[in-house]
Amino acid sequence: MRHEKLADATFESIVRQRATDHSLRLIIPANERAVRRGLSGIKAGLSSINLVDDDWSTIEIVLAEVLNNIVEHAYSDGEVGLIETQLDFDGKYLWCTTIDSGRPMPNGKLPEGAQKDLNCNLEDLPEGGFGWYLIHKLTEDLHYGRDQGRNMVTFRLNIQRRQ
Amino acid sequence: MKLNHKDFDGSRLVTVCENRIDALSAIQFKDEMRKMIDDGPNRVVIDLSQVEFLDSSGLGAVVAALKSKKSDQSLELASLQPAVEKVFRLTRMDTVFSIHDNASSAIEGAADAS
Repeated sequence: MRHEKLADATFESIVRQRATDHSLRLIIPANERAVRRGLSGIKAGLSSINLVDDDWSTIEIVLAEVLNNIVEHAYSDGEVGLIETQLDFDGKYLWCTTIDSGRPMPNGKLPEGAQKDLNCNLEDLPEGGFGWYLIHKLTEDLHYGRDQGRNMVTFRLNIQRRQ
Repeated sequence: MKLNHKDFDGSRLVTVCENRIDALSAIQFKDEMRKMIDDGPNRVVIDLSQVEFLDSSGLGAVVAALKSKKSDQSLELASLQPAVEKVFRLTRMDTVFSIHDNASSAIEGAADAS
């Protein structure tokens, strides 16, 4: 269950040991339309957890950013690739893993995602770079690893069930 | 990406008739919005009441729309739904835009002032 085992465990064993009654695995092609459909499928798949709306929006924002980042950066334009997403809810946390076979993260690390400086002239306002900031802000225990030509991003989300 | 618009005295209300502005639709939103701003009056209000979800690409497109306005124009937002409001709040973009609770108060406010 712990992310620190990442270094000496294969992706398969990590994903397998987390499976719960509320587990979901989704494999989609790496394109933006499939990500949109995938998010809708994940929402349907997690409906039995009875999430509060605010937690669902957190899940959707984070997964949209992680998945679209893979589409835009791990795979090149027009390249055919797959993204696997595994979600496991243990009653308190939603444990999330994404795996792709695209290019590694720059410098083998997760982008930092610093808060953008908005105290600037209108024409200098940033139009991008918010994605990793949102991911860092909304997740806990965020890690990246690469093994046998595949990227794996893991994180957890602290979520609540509707009372 | 369907955008409807209605012009009032000195204001244009642009309604986004889609439930998402995301990586798939952001570029189209930016292009359509730019047209709405280019030939629009001094004040343009975007009604986001139907938009349930916006990701960082969508946010970037709304910022691009703001940057495309003329210097004597204002671009304002109305009716941010909870997930959209969350993205604006977390990125502090809520401090950059003028944001109205809903489209009718945004337009009525302008009518009272004129």
